[in-house]
Amino acid sequence: MRLEKCWFCSSTIYPGHGIQFVRNDAKIFRFCRSKCHKNFKMKRNPRKVKWTKAYRRLHGKDMTQDSTFEFERKRNRPERYDRNITENTLKAIKKIEKVRVDREARHHTMRMKGKKAKEQREAAKELEQGIHMVKAPAALQKEPSLTLPKIKVKVSHQQAENHPMEE
Amino acid sequence: MVQYNFKKITVVPTGKDFIDIILSRTQRQTPTVVHKGYAISRLRQFYMRKVKYTQQNFHEKLSAIIDEFPRLDDIHPFYGDLLHVLYNKDHYKLALGQINTARNLIGKISKDYVKLLKYGDSLYRCKSLKVAALGRMCTVIKRVSPSLAYLEQIRQHMARLPSIDPNTRTILICGYPNVGKSSFINKITRADVDVQPYAFTTKSLFVGHTDYKYLRYQVIDTPGILDRPFEDRNIIEMCSITALAHLRAAVLFFLDISGSCGYNIAQQAALFHSIKSLFMNKPLIVVCNKTDLQPLDGLSEEDMKLVVEMKAEAMKTVIGQGGEATDSDEVLLTMSTLTEEGVIAVKNSACERLLNQRVELKMKSKKINDCLNRFHVAVPKKRDEKERPPCIPQAVLEAKAKEAADIEKRKLERDLENENGGAGVYSASLRKHHILADEEWKEDIMPEILDGHNVYDFIDPDILQRLEELEREEGLRLEQEVDNDDFEMDGKELTPEEQEALAEIRKKKSLLIQQHRIKKSTAESRPTVPRKFDKERKFSSERMGRQLSALGLDPTSAINRARSNSVPMRGRKRERSLAKGDDGNDAMDMDVDQSSKKLRMMSRSRSRSTSRPPGEVVPGEGYRDSKQKVHAMKLAKKSVKKRNKDARRGEADRVIPTLRPKHLFSGKRGIGKTTRR
Repeated sequence: MRLEKCWFCSSTIYPGHGIQFVRNDAKIFRFCRSKCHKNFKMKRNPRKVKWTKAYRRLHGKDMTQDSTFEFERKRNRPERYDRNITENTLKAIKKIEKVRVDREARHHTMRMKGKKAKEQREAAKELEQGIHMVKAPAALQKEPSLTLPKIKVKVSHQQAENHPMEE
Repeated sequence: MVQYNFKKITVVPTGKDFIDIILSRTQRQTPTVVHKGYAISRLRQFYMRKVKYTQQNFHEKLSAIIDEFPRLDDIHPFYGDLLHVLYNKDHYKLALGQINTARNLIGKISKDYVKLLKYGDSLYRCKSLKVAALGRMCTVIKRVSPSLAYLEQIRQHMARLPSIDPNTRTILICGYPNVGKSSFINKITRADVDVQPYAFTTKSLFVGHTDYKYLRYQVIDTPGILDRPFEDRNIIEMCSITALAHLRAAVLFFLDISGSCGYNIAQQAALFHSIKSLFMNKPLIVVCNKTDLQPLDGLSEEDMKLVVEMKAEAMKTVIGQGGEATDSDEVLLTMSTLTEEGVIAVKNSACERLLNQRVELKMKSKKINDCLNRFHVAVPKKRDEKERPPCIPQAVLEAKAKEAADIEKRKLERDLENENGGAGVYSASLRKHHILADEEWKEDIMPEILDGHNVYDFIDPDILQRLEELEREEGLRLEQEVDNDDFEMDGKELTPEEQEALAEIRKKKSLLIQQHRIKKSTAESRPTVPRKFDKERKFSSERMGRQLSALGLDPTSAINRARSNSVPMRGRKRERSLAKGDDGNDAMDMDVDQSSKKLRMMSRSRSRSTSRPPGEVVPGEGYRDSKQKVHAMKLAKKSVKKRNKDARRGEADRVIPTLRPKHLFSGKRGIGKTTRR
């Protein structure tokens, strides 16, 4: 029993799931679900489809090279069974996984680092450029701060206005 | 081979059918159209062709019949006699002879009429000549039709004769009726002969095949023979006699010693003696059947004596062949087909005897050299007295001995399985013989999958070492991070009021976008209504006032100005004099203002005398007077006014009830492609 990787989205295919397609040149394509299968039949390039791992790796969204990836390598020669080695391996898998997850998280934070500053800069610019939509130029001249104008309630017997007041 | 397989004879049609076939063939295969205006030579040729064609066909078919039926002198005498027995030889020959004469007669007829046709001088004459010729040929066939029917019956019967090869190894079974011959043949071969309690169940010869020492033997079952003078025998018995007479076979004479066939041993012995002349030169075995009902030793004195006599006769045949006085067991055998004891022994001894006889004969014949290699293995001559045994190395002998011992001692997996409950209960441990570093690990179950990874991909003898390195690396990196971690405190954060303003701006932007999208998508189906008909009251001065104050401006002056310039929805138009001093607080005066058009309508110009003024409504179509019609027109306009202002679709607006009617969008075209509709 082996867990395979989906050719399109690179997720693991558990037993009993998915479709395997063998082409005439004997290359095997495994798909985890019909979504990937249908995308493949439409001849879409996974490197251009946003939600696949191939895209994410290519565009630097996910970690590409790491020493934790070296541990998992498909071996074609079967090894003789050794209980100690197997025990150690099982324990090691857990630890390696933890390390890998940590590194992924770190990669993500590194990627997101400048986001806050960027957002603030953009907000400030938007405010400055769009203040005319909420504040008339005359009011802006009178009060040059980039805030909503203070509304004076004028009650005339024809119009009863209720405005949200801001002071 | 005609000798031995009569299934290939073509069907002989009846007289009428024959005529029909030939005549219709002539009709189809020769030209049919002729006119009396043709040249006479052409007419003559036309009819001559028909006559000749018919004659040829008759000749072909009749020749086929004559050739395919076997000539009794040319085939093996066994078959010849058999056919004679079954269908009288003379009748057979006569029938075939008649067919032959018919063929000749038809030939003569055709010759004569062709000669006559050469001098036919008109169409009619030629035609009558042809008709006469064909008619005479058909009469000949009609006269011969009983023979044809007889030959057809013979053919059908012959096709069902058993295919007996007269030259191969054969075993013949004979005896009184009901002694057990058919049961015997059923036992040793795959033949399925009828076995019934009444006599003459078997009415003809049956063939079965059996094997002995890698050779195939024919076993022939005959109908029972009664003890009668030769001339009185019926056809069925004659079949068996024929077979006995002509086939070179081993003969098994069956004796029923229990007497349950209805005839006692004396009668059977009498039969034996009367046909013993037929057993010349054939290996004979006397078989005592039905020993389950009466064992051989329990026979009475006279019966025993008779049996011994028969045995002596049989021995004579043995002695006559090879000159060796063999065991009496070979000549007299007992068996019971019911309990199946002794059946195989009988078969084996019969086959053995026959084989020996044939081998001897072959040895004596001239063709010995061809098959000598089958009997005799050549051995090189000894040149001196030294013994030269085959040389087998010692190691091989030891290994063989050991293997023999081993096989007895070794316990097989199969035995183990049977001990532990059989196939369904016990499942063998396939890992018993695995070579591992430690024997305890043999029954270990190793997990193959862990947390979405294949364990086999990770297995490595020095995985611990690498894991340590990894952890060290990780530790280093963590420390580095702690050092480098600078909190990016951003300087410029927006104040809450600014944030509110930003939110407002974004809201307004998204609203604009939404409205634009709606406008864009419904542009074609949205009516363009002038501003004065706005349902949603988007253009009221109150709204304007609200929006302006939201922007931070004072709306009062704008509202006033707007109000002063507008026309109210209901109510009359203001007079101009009032407009100047108006400010939004005063009430509006109701002013009656008559349109000029109306004034014009009421008055009548003096220049018109008889013609109707423009605008006058003529009451026609059932109105009392023009006033009523005017009222009706007003009502009509009023009912459509609102809808028009709403710019909705009206009755006169073209409407397509079904956008894709089935009759236009389905069905095949009579000619052409249906790629567009």
